[in-house]
Amino acid sequence: MSNETNWTSGLRESATFDRNTMAEIRRAAETGIYDIRGFGAKRKLPHFDDLLFLGASMSRYPLEGYREKCNTSVTLGTRFAKKPVVLDIPVTIAGMSFGALSANAKEALGRGASIAGTSTTTGDGGMTPEERGQSKTLVYQYLPSRYGMNPDDLRKADAIEVVLGQGAKPGGGGMLLGQKITDRVAQMRNLPKGIDQRSACRHPDWTGPDDLAIKILELREITDWQVPIYIKVGATRTYYDVKLAVKAGADVIVVDGMQGGTAATQDVFIEHVGIPTLAAIPQAVQALQEMGMHRKVQLIVSGGIRNGADVAKCMALGADAVAIGTAALIALGCNHPKYDEEFRKIGSAAGFYDDYQEGKDPAGISTQDPELSQRLDPVEGGRKLANYLRVLTLEAQTLARACGKNDLRNLEPEDLVALTVESAAMARVPLAGTQWIPGQGF
Amino acid sequence: MKSIDLAVAEVRELNQALHDQASECLEREWEVLNPKGQHNLAVGIDQNLSVEVRGHAGYFCAGMNKKAHITVHGNAGQGVAENMMSGTVRIKGDASQAAGATAQGGLLVIEGNAGARCGISMKGVDIVVKGSVGHMSCFMGQSGRLVVCGDAGEALGDSLYEVRIYVKGEVKSLGADCIAKEMRPEHLEELAELLNRAGIDEDPAQFKRYGSARQLYNFKVDNVSAY
Repeated sequence: MSNETNWTSGLRESATFDRNTMAEIRRAAETGIYDIRGFGAKRKLPHFDDLLFLGASMSRYPLEGYREKCNTSVTLGTRFAKKPVVLDIPVTIAGMSFGALSANAKEALGRGASIAGTSTTTGDGGMTPEERGQSKTLVYQYLPSRYGMNPDDLRKADAIEVVLGQGAKPGGGGMLLGQKITDRVAQMRNLPKGIDQRSACRHPDWTGPDDLAIKILELREITDWQVPIYIKVGATRTYYDVKLAVKAGADVIVVDGMQGGTAATQDVFIEHVGIPTLAAIPQAVQALQEMGMHRKVQLIVSGGIRNGADVAKCMALGADAVAIGTAALIALGCNHPKYDEEFRKIGSAAGFYDDYQEGKDPAGISTQDPELSQRLDPVEGGRKLANYLRVLTLEAQTLARACGKNDLRNLEPEDLVALTVESAAMARVPLAGTQWIPGQGF
Repeated sequence: MKSIDLAVAEVRELNQALHDQASECLEREWEVLNPKGQHNLAVGIDQNLSVEVRGHAGYFCAGMNKKAHITVHGNAGQGVAENMMSGTVRIKGDASQAAGATAQGGLLVIEGNAGARCGISMKGVDIVVKGSVGHMSCFMGQSGRLVVCGDAGEALGDSLYEVRIYVKGEVKSLGADCIAKEMRPEHLEELAELLNRAGIDEDPAQFKRYGSARQLYNFKVDNVSAY
C-alpha cells in the first residue's frame, strides 16, 4: 500500500514510532544487542545548508571568477614546529585506519591527496608502507590504543595528531570486529587473528590537560621538534576543549562534529552524543580569539563536509582548513549504485550501506576481504579523489571571489546569514534579512 | 663517559645529543646529572647506548626507547618506558602509574614498587617488578610477560589478551576475564629466565600464573554482565 493510499484510507504513521523506530525495536528484541554500524549521524541536523553567502553587490566588490587569483594554500603548525605542513588546498583527508579500510583504499586516499596537494592521515592500526609511500604529506595519528605505534613511523610522519576523540563518538572507544582481523591487521596490532579488537577510549599513560602538555613535549622531544602536533577532539564542550588544547601546547586543533563518520560504533552513540559541526566552529574560534591564538594555532574542522560551499562556510566561520572522511570514501566508490544488487544481498542497498564493521563492503573499501579489496583500483580511486578535491576547491574559490576575497581564509562570518533561528544561534550569524543573532541581543 | 648536567643544560640538549648517536655513535656511555624529576628524559633513543640517570625522573622517562640500556638511580614518574621497543630500562626506586604502557619489546625492571596500571596495554615487553603493583595492572595487556615479586592490587589483568602474568604475593582481585592458570614446567623455565635477566633472586616455584580466560575475545551478548 503506497503512502498516498495510506493517507486517503485514514492510516496515520506515528512521528514518534515511525517505521525506522519500529524496525529498531524489533531488531533489538530479536538480538538483545545494540546496533553497531559505520558511517556518521543520519538524523537531520542544523548544518551548512542552513547558511547562505552574501555575494558582493553595491557595497562589496567581487573578484573576477575565472581571472583573479584566490589563494587556497594553507600552512599548518606554525606555532612550534620546525617544519610546518604546507598544503596547496585547505581540504585534508581525515584519519581512517588500515583495518577499517582496505590497503587499496588507504593507498587511494594517499594518491588522491598527493595529486591534489593535501595531506592524508593514518588511523588506528599504524602506518602502512603503501600509505606512506603514496602520501606526500602524511599525518600520523597517536591514538589511545597505540596499535602499530612506533618511533620509526613517528619520525616518518609530517605531523602527529593526538586523538582525544572523534565526532561520531566523543568519549567512546572503538571495536574492530574479528571478521576484519586478517593476518596482516593482527600482526600490525599485535593481537591474535580473528578476535574483536577494542580501541580504548582514553590514553593509557596520561589523563587530563596537564598530563597532555607533558605528553606533547615528549612527542616533540622524540621527533626533535620537527613536525607539528595536532590535537583532535570530538565536538562536545568545544570552547573549553580548544582552550585546554592550546594551553597544552597544540600547534593545530582538529574539531570533528557529530556528523563525522566512524568505522564501527553503536548507533545510539553516533546519533545522540556530540554537537553538530556548525555549532562547534564558533565555539572553537571564540576560544582561540580569546587566547589571541586564532590563525596562530590553526583550526581544522571536519564532520559532514560534502561540497565547496561547506568548505567555504567552515572557513568563513574561522577554520583554517577542513578534513573529509565519508565524502572521500564516497568519491572512491563507497555506496556506489553499480553494486546495488550486491548491497541488497547483504541486507542493505546502495546509498544506505553503513555496516562497515562487517567487512563485506561490495565496493572493496571498508573490507579486508582480498577479493572485494581488489575491486578498488588505488590508481583510479586516487584519480577520482583528486578530482573531487579539485571540485571542492574550485567551488570554494568561486564563492570566495563572489564575496570579494582573494584568499579562502579571508572569508568571514560577515559574509554569511542563516536560514533558520537554530543555525543563526549556532553559527552566530544573523538570520537572513535581519540583524538578529539569537543570544546576542537585538 | 659523557656527562650532561641538567642543572645547566636543558632536556632538549640531552635528548638531541642522545638522538645524534643514532646516525653516528661517538659515545656509548652517558650520565645524566641533576635530573630533579624533569620530564621526558632520554626519550626516543635509537642506539645501543648506556644511560645512567643519577636521580629521580619525571613523566615518560625512556619513552619509546630502542636498543638503549637506561638506569634511573631514583624513582620514575608516570609512563616510564612507555611504548618501549627494545633495550632495557631499570628503575632503582619506585615507578609511578602506567609503567611500561603499550611497550612492545625490551625489558623493564622496577626494583621498587609500581603504581596503578603497570603494563597497561603492553604489547610484547617484559616487565619485572621486585615490589608490588597497583590496581588495574596489565589492563588490556596484549602480549609479553609481567612478573610481580610482591603483591598485585585490584582487578589484575582486566580485559587481558595474551600477556602471561606471574605473581608471588597476594592478588587483591582479578579483573574481567583474567584467571589463575596452571604453572607448567615451561612457565617455571620462562619465569626463571625472566628473573635471571632482571637480576632478581626469587624462587619461580613460589609464583602463581595468571592469564586470559579468552571468554571476552569476541563480543557476545551473553557476556554483557562482564563489561
